[in-house]
Amino acid sequence: MTAAVKASGLADVVELRIPGKAEWVAVARLAVSAVASRLKFSIEEIEDIRLAVAEACTDSIQHACGQGQIDIWCESVGNALRVRVRREGTADKTAVSDADDEVSGLGIFLVRALMDEVEYSVHPERGTDLTMVKYVGA
Amino acid sequence: MDIKINVRETPGGAYVVELSGEIDVYTSPKVKEAIGELIDRGIYQLVINLEKVRYIDSTGLGVLIGGLKRVREYGGAVNLVCTNPQIKKIFDITGLVKIFGIYDAEDAALKASV
Repeated sequence: MTAAVKASGLADVVELRIPGKAEWVAVARLAVSAVASRLKFSIEEIEDIRLAVAEACTDSIQHACGQGQIDIWCESVGNALRVRVRREGTADKTAVSDADDEVSGLGIFLVRALMDEVEYSVHPERGTDLTMVKYVGA
Repeated sequence: MDIKINVRETPGGAYVVELSGEIDVYTSPKVKEAIGELIDRGIYQLVINLEKVRYIDSTGLGVLIGGLKRVREYGGAVNLVCTNPQIKKIFDITGLVKIFGIYDAEDAALKASV
């Protein structure tokens, strides 16, 4: 992970693993909202984080072949929250669901708009990997 | 997490799709189906009321855009009722405020649909 936030000590880390299925995305966004609410984010910032994490999970579902697990790491680092959403396995850029056929790419656009730093990769053999950072009050 | 969908015809003959809950990758196919059924019946002037929607993501936006594209082929329109600041912000960020009529009250959206 190479996101720009530097740890100034031991970070508080919350890990979550959910099935790579649409019905579990709500669990991820609720869990990450709870983590964000432990920090000093405003309600609006927590909403931004919630949507960004959900979009990352949705993207990993839409671009993956077959079933799999989505791993989510939340790290509280100083005045920032860093979230990594990774789904291992074979990624397929053509495997986009019907629901997204009108707006392919809109989800990642939203992540970039709502978060302060974003690193995103889709690899044919390694799956999807997205790390994003939100700073309190930025 | 679920979505409730209530489709009703107004005394003026317009159709309102009232949504309640969260629109995400899991629930958006149900919304797409409801809107698609109306369009298949030849209803091209739609008001979609999002006042009771707490959350919408890109898949939900995709369903709304898809519905709009379909009705526009027949000279129709989709007008939205939206009062939630977070959801309005998403429409702003994505530029969708420029392609949808977005209103604070259902009456105003219905007037715009005439």
